[in-house]
Amino acid sequence: MKFTLSWLKDHLETDASLDQITEKLTALGLEVEGVHDRSKELAPFRVAHVVSAEKHPDADKLRVLMVDTGAGTLQVVCGAPNARAGMKGVFAPEGTYVPGSDITLKKGVIRGVESNGMMCSKRELKLSDEHEGIIELPDDAPVGAGFADYAGLNDPVIDINLTPDRADCAGVRGIARDLAAAGMGTLKPLTAGHLDTTPVEGRFASPIGVSIDAPEACPLFVGRYIRGVKNGPSPKWLQDKLVSIGLRPISALVDITNYLTFDAARPLHVFDADTVKGNITVRLGREGETLAALNGKEYALDGAMTVVADDERAEALAGIVGGEPTGCTETTVNVFVEAALFDPVRTAQTGRRLGIDSDARYRFERGVDPAAVFAGMERATRLILELCGGEPSELVIAGAEPDWKRSLSLRPGRVAALGGVDLPRDRQVQILMDLGFTVEGEEADGRLRFGVPSWRADVHGEADLVEEVLRVHGFDAIPATPLPRETVLTRPALTLKQRRVALAKRTLAGRGLSEAVTWSFLSGPVAELFGGGEPGLRLVNPISSDLDVMRPSILPNLIQAAGRNADRGFADVRLFEVGAAFRTPAPDGQDTVAAGIRAGAAVPRHWAEKARGVDVFDAKADALAVLEAVGAPAANLQVTTDAPGWYHPGRSGVLRLGPTVMARFGEIHPSVLETLGVKGPVVGFEVMLDAVPLPKKKGGTAKPMVQLSAFQPVERDFAFVVDRKVEADKILRAVKGADKALVKDVAVFDVYEGPGVGEGRKSVAVSVTYQPTTATLTDEAIEAVGQKIVAAVVKATGGSLRS
Amino acid sequence: MLDALKDELLSQVNAAADLSALDEVRVSALGKKGRITGFMKELGALTPDERKERGQALNALKDEIAAAIDARKADLAAAHLKARLEAERVDVTLPVRPETEGRIHPISQTMDEMIAIFAEMGFSVAEGPDIEDDFHNFTALNFPPGHPARDMHDTFYLPDSGDKKMLLRTHTSPVQVRTMLNNKPPIRIIAPGRTYRSDYDMTHTPMFHQIEGLVIDEATNMGHLKGCLVEFCRAFFDVDDLPLRFRPSFFPFTEPSAEVDIGCSRKGGELKLGNYGDWLEILGCGMVHPNVLEACGIDSTRYQGFAFGMGVERVAMLKYGIPDLRTFFEADLRWLKHYGFVPLDIPNIAHGLTR
Repeated sequence: MKFTLSWLKDHLETDASLDQITEKLTALGLEVEGVHDRSKELAPFRVAHVVSAEKHPDADKLRVLMVDTGAGTLQVVCGAPNARAGMKGVFAPEGTYVPGSDITLKKGVIRGVESNGMMCSKRELKLSDEHEGIIELPDDAPVGAGFADYAGLNDPVIDINLTPDRADCAGVRGIARDLAAAGMGTLKPLTAGHLDTTPVEGRFASPIGVSIDAPEACPLFVGRYIRGVKNGPSPKWLQDKLVSIGLRPISALVDITNYLTFDAARPLHVFDADTVKGNITVRLGREGETLAALNGKEYALDGAMTVVADDERAEALAGIVGGEPTGCTETTVNVFVEAALFDPVRTAQTGRRLGIDSDARYRFERGVDPAAVFAGMERATRLILELCGGEPSELVIAGAEPDWKRSLSLRPGRVAALGGVDLPRDRQVQILMDLGFTVEGEEADGRLRFGVPSWRADVHGEADLVEEVLRVHGFDAIPATPLPRETVLTRPALTLKQRRVALAKRTLAGRGLSEAVTWSFLSGPVAELFGGGEPGLRLVNPISSDLDVMRPSILPNLIQAAGRNADRGFADVRLFEVGAAFRTPAPDGQDTVAAGIRAGAAVPRHWAEKARGVDVFDAKADALAVLEAVGAPAANLQVTTDAPGWYHPGRSGVLRLGPTVMARFGEIHPSVLETLGVKGPVVGFEVMLDAVPLPKKKGGTAKPMVQLSAFQPVERDFAFVVDRKVEADKILRAVKGADKALVKDVAVFDVYEGPGVGEGRKSVAVSVTYQPTTATLTDEAIEAVGQKIVAAVVKATGGSLRS
Repeated sequence: MLDALKDELLSQVNAAADLSALDEVRVSALGKKGRITGFMKELGALTPDERKERGQALNALKDEIAAAIDARKADLAAAHLKARLEAERVDVTLPVRPETEGRIHPISQTMDEMIAIFAEMGFSVAEGPDIEDDFHNFTALNFPPGHPARDMHDTFYLPDSGDKKMLLRTHTSPVQVRTMLNNKPPIRIIAPGRTYRSDYDMTHTPMFHQIEGLVIDEATNMGHLKGCLVEFCRAFFDVDDLPLRFRPSFFPFTEPSAEVDIGCSRKGGELKLGNYGDWLEILGCGMVHPNVLEACGIDSTRYQGFAFGMGVERVAMLKYGIPDLRTFFEADLRWLKHYGFVPLDIPNIAHGLTR
């Protein structure tokens, strides 16, 4: 919402400075986004008279002007096609900074002719994009006068960011009222000059009648016929106002409606009455109906839109934009003026659907003052009669002013209790009265009853009254009070589940993976590759078809990120993300998953290391590390080989606790990589953090007693020859189970297939640690446990000890 | 005669070039068949007096030779070690074995910082689902039907589930709603999480993160809201005298509502936070609207409190000078390495929040 300082002063009697006013506006919640004071920038530009214009001796398209600047006559070379003797324009002397072209003028010689300054175009002064020729001023423009003063551009323009609740401040009047309440002056009455809303007596009955077919969309429509008007350019005071806030003056009739839109937040429409067929009806749009609007575009209408129609067709989109065929022109003689109330929600929805941002819509969707329809009509009538002449009809009225009256009560102590700052009762009452509230009485318990003004549809309850009082008093005056502590020491902010997320992230980062944050949605076909894409998780209105389904897994996003990094020349990728994967749209249908990928080299080429690419065991290690970090019983997990289809079937696994899946890991299936356009191999893992059981509450923080044996551990190696399909895990479990008390650790240190072990067989070598607890192991005891181990492995695997 | 032997043996000891040569000398002198041993064996044939004198001389010689051998041994060992060390010399300017260091994303780090601060003020962390229904995301929060935020232009919708309109939450406020529905006051929570709005340009991404706070009890007023946010902003941005400006504003779910600006300077196109006279908007807040309390089953005549919310990426960008919002979600390794945090850098008030 833009307005100028002088416009504000039309409504506000004040001697406050511009700075005081802008500061107060922001403090009132009318946030000042910018103050544009053009008078400084435009100070060097003057009204000048072109005394003579001769063709440049050496250039066909240039003219040599003699310009009377009011302070002497100067020679100026000018290329504008409209430069001619006798015209008046805007002159800038040498040394002037020209804002529209971002240059500072220097005295110049153009093709041998001296030029002392410049005649300016509108673009050069940033008045518009117009650069066809230089500005032409009327003959009565005073030579030597400052152009900013002459053109009404000396008025600081204030731009406020209006919150959607403040419909009243979509007009200068409402802004002035807030400032007056906050002590910035007094509000002028609506009884004189261009503010006068005194009713005008109608001289005849309007030949155009009005009816409302859609009362839910338009509760009140007031019309007036004015005959015999003479439309033409509006007077300078009005043009200046509109120009100053960036509006283009069109004609007196149109300018009056724009003026009242910004001055009183009261949009109006003026039809050329001679183009209206029959009577006016407010109704819903019809399928197939179209409107050629005043903005030059044609719109298809439907039953969700409100239109103002005549007997033939829709002539305007109610509260949004008028129609071209019934618009006023220079030749308009008879007009029909509309002042109405239109439903804010329909207006907003129609405007959004059609993409029309008009000044009228801006106000109707916020809500126009229901009690000011008649006042708006009378002000408009007075302005039309003053500027265009004519004879007004009696009002034609359809519908009725909606019942907007309501009263609210306020406990004076509530301002302190909710707002934290105590204000005397009288001060509270004064603030509310200054804002237009009326005191309706005091209840026995001290509650005050206030009538809410018609223009404050946003005020509904006691909290709103508190806000009004606080807002005008100033939020700055509220003391900052520390939040009292509930306990001396604070309790942990995170639950164990939440801490696990943090632990998973920092564990993975510690293992060399970098954390990514990727979209929660991805493309349908990719989702399907990873087991997703169910209808309930497809966005109805995705931002693009790449991002239309909630992700069933984090992996595809990470794999694609690996591809992008590889395309940039960084093929060794280690990324993880901890976040949601979606199974169903229900609140419990999203799982917290820690997922990661590795691609490229696990060990890069290095003088001291053997280079190798990533493999499934890198991913398995990541998964196990996360599980360990979040407290899963890593030692009790089983590995199964039934990972889902996006993993390589022979190089992947599932870590389970009983039947529950804790994690999946493996090489990503090559055909999945191919579909995603990413070069493999890529390995990945997904840890289901929500599936990890919470520890049973045992009470106390003590750990079990540590058992440190006084006796030397003994290490022995065994190699078993087994069928190549036998899983190592089977051997390890058999070894451990052979003597649970003595076998402390077992590790695979070699796996061999090839000559010497037989076709289809492999040798698995393990190193076993025995830890005695009661006595040093004797050779016999060592021998005995060795035999038990061999027997257990042979039994479990059908293999034999390698000889 | 023994003197000659001594000289001879000592010179042999000193001439021994290595340990094995030295050992040969030892054997030839002191071994079972050694020369000194030989003389010792001859002692028995002497008279007691001669034996005593001769014996003492031989023992002295034996000790002297043994000491010389030990000394020579130590010298040789030292020389050997020196030679070995010289041979073992490596080029220590060679680079070390590759180690990979991961990074924590600035969003996680920023959230952890915020959690650390609010934890000090007694807040606990609450979470909720990303996929919500319009009751929890809008209706309970006092958004009237037809409010523009409900529009398809702004909110991502999923297919209806029964009579529920399903959507991606546009703020983490539904977590506040769920908390109020499931807990009795006093309530003091923060709700960090992913949020979604249908917008994608220089300064908007369809997914972003928010952190919201909610305090509900019988006495919390706007003064506490100011106190809480002043403390937070100063701690978070690590500027002790950071000024805050509370401007009246409008949100459907709070009344009164305010937007909060922090002090800054934009001189020379560079943003600096502090008491420099200019202002930068940072968050929205207000006293929870009675309609919201009632919609969440809380008696608004007895309980009141405040709520606030801010964008995590926005404050991360301000605090850490990250220029472009969109880069947060690109998983560019170079970006993560540069703007990310090392894993052990865990935000903690005791250690200081910011590295």
